[in-house]
Amino acid sequence: MKLLNEEVRAQLQQVFENMKTDVTIALFTKESECETCKETDSFLNELIETSDKLHLKHYDLDENEDIAEKFQVNVVPAIVLLNHQEEYQRIKFNGIPAGHEINSFVKGILEVSGAGVPLPEAVAERLSAITKPVNIKVFVTLGCPHCPGAVEKAHKLALMNPHVEAEMIEAQTFYDLSEKFNVSSVPKVVINDQYEFVGNQSLEVFMEEIEKTQMTVQ
Amino acid sequence: MDLQLDIGLMNHTKDNSSSQILPDYVDVAIIGAGPAGLSAGIYAQRKGLKTIVIGNSTGGQVNDTSTVENYPGFSSLSGESLAHKFYDHAISLDIPVIKETKVVDINVQNKVKLVKMDNGNSIRAKAIIIATGSNHRILGVKGEDRLAGRGVAYCAICDGPLFQGREVIVAGGGNAAVEAAIDLSKIAKKVSIVHRSIFRADQILIDHMKKLQNIDVYLKTQILEVLGENRVTGVRVKSKNTKVEQIIQAEGVFVEVGYTPNSSLVRDIVEINGRGEIKIDSKMQTSVPGIFAAGDVVEGPYKQIVIAAGDGAKAALSANEYINHLSNEEELNNEIA
Ligand SMILES: Cc1cc2nc3c(=O)[nH]c(=O)nc-3n(C[C@H](O)[C@H](O)[C@H](O)COP(=O)(O)OP(=O)(O)OC[C@H]3O[C@@H](n4cnc5c(N)ncnc54)[C@H](O)[C@@H]3O)c2cc1C
Repeated sequence: MKLLNEEVRAQLQQVFENMKTDVTIALFTKESECETCKETDSFLNELIETSDKLHLKHYDLDENEDIAEKFQVNVVPAIVLLNHQEEYQRIKFNGIPAGHEINSFVKGILEVSGAGVPLPEAVAERLSAITKPVNIKVFVTLGCPHCPGAVEKAHKLALMNPHVEAEMIEAQTFYDLSEKFNVSSVPKVVINDQYEFVGNQSLEVFMEEIEKTQMTVQ
Repeated sequence: MDLQLDIGLMNHTKDNSSSQILPDYVDVAIIGAGPAGLSAGIYAQRKGLKTIVIGNSTGGQVNDTSTVENYPGFSSLSGESLAHKFYDHAISLDIPVIKETKVVDINVQNKVKLVKMDNGNSIRAKAIIIATGSNHRILGVKGEDRLAGRGVAYCAICDGPLFQGREVIVAGGGNAAVEAAIDLSKIAKKVSIVHRSIFRADQILIDHMKKLQNIDVYLKTQILEVLGENRVTGVRVKSKNTKVEQIIQAEGVFVEVGYTPNSSLVRDIVEINGRGEIKIDSKMQTSVPGIFAAGDVVEGPYKQIVIAAGDGAKAALSANEYINHLSNEEELNNEIA
């Protein structure tokens, strides 16, 4: 079954024309115990056909342990976006970014390809003061219209500061993780597994929570 | 899991906001980009008015609706696609739609009004249309606030999938509540719909719901409290007829009890009724000349997409008339220059 219909394909082609540099999509899967790995793979295979700037690389979570560790991947399916030099940009998608989430995925690709929009100055300034490691998890469901906005903000913050990494987590696929973080409304944002909020909040709210992690002794 | 792709929410391909330099002044500034705001934009632009639409989420509440089955011309389509259609229509007329931007203040001291946005920009306008819509209302019972995001939810299409195989409660008795119950019945083990009076929803929806095996209906039943330590475990309810209290167990409570108008922006500027809705005349003009309002935010009983769109059209035509009749054009033009 084709996941991308003609209309979506045409839209993607047009959007990806804005890409400045090549982007490599690194997909981590596993032979067994992964219900959505196959679909994620075929989804990405169809997606890369819409631009010759897009490349797909396959990794096995167990066999490519070292690479997984480098990109801090520990679940499957996981997607890591790499820049034209195949460098880790600290942004990830755990689970298939389909449904509404294709929007944050497309945005992520554009950002990594150099076609992003700058952060508001005040936020950029606050972000530059972040020097201790920050991990942002954004739990989503694919039917949630507000979720891509939260994922995009988290990813943007990660792209703009080397100490910040951000990951989307599809809550249904990673049920145990959702349970662990008590996810019952999405988007739910969890920072350093400690600070959290619900909703597609403003960048200022993200910054407030991120700044809390800088005060504690880590 | 529904993998259907919903691309275009932010319309990457044709975006009128980022590439465009914000004009310094417009004829009409429309605040809110839901059905009312976008429809107003379409009408205003086609009248030849210099128009701008400023909204913090294009499509408004239509995005939160799974399927719309009562918008003429479309027997059934997703809220998302209808929102896209409205937006695409507006964009096709080259209306600047400033997205993800909130209007934080308007100044109406002078005939030329000033609209201030949260990104620090401001714009002057001869007329303003308030189309800020409404927001979900809370139940206002003990435990609700504490357990929000811990089982208490306000968006069935967002949070429904997190309750797969569990028992949930829907609070409310209007269309949104019955639709939520129907949607959730496909995911949850059991759905209990609890409403303090009788159903207000369309009969066709109620009939559909009654056919579903795993939905229990509690009418004339008041929710007194949402129970749970760290997560929702149920609700305490009281029957209005028997006065008997009981506990309904559930892990999720979806609150669909209606909406409160987003009128705070103009609370101190135009007249507002007891329900927080903006008062308007038959031409959608508020108590302040040159300020019009449309959609869920205005006085009136029925909050629907088609009504909001109709209101928007009226408000734009009325704003056009107002602008054409502005008494002292010269003085106004001086103010603008
Ligand atoms: C779950 C659900 C299901 C529904 N189902 C149906 C249905 O099947 N059929 C039907 O006809 N209707 C349905 N409705 C009702 C319908 O969605 C509303 O009546 C309609 O969207 C109202 O349109 P509006 O433009 O007035 O307001 P809204 O849709 O609320 O849009 C207003 C917009 O303005 C923005 N805004 C607010 N303040 C500001 C500000 N200061 N600056 C900038 N922007 C601002 C808001 O963020 C929002 O995007 C449903 C509603 C819900 C929530």
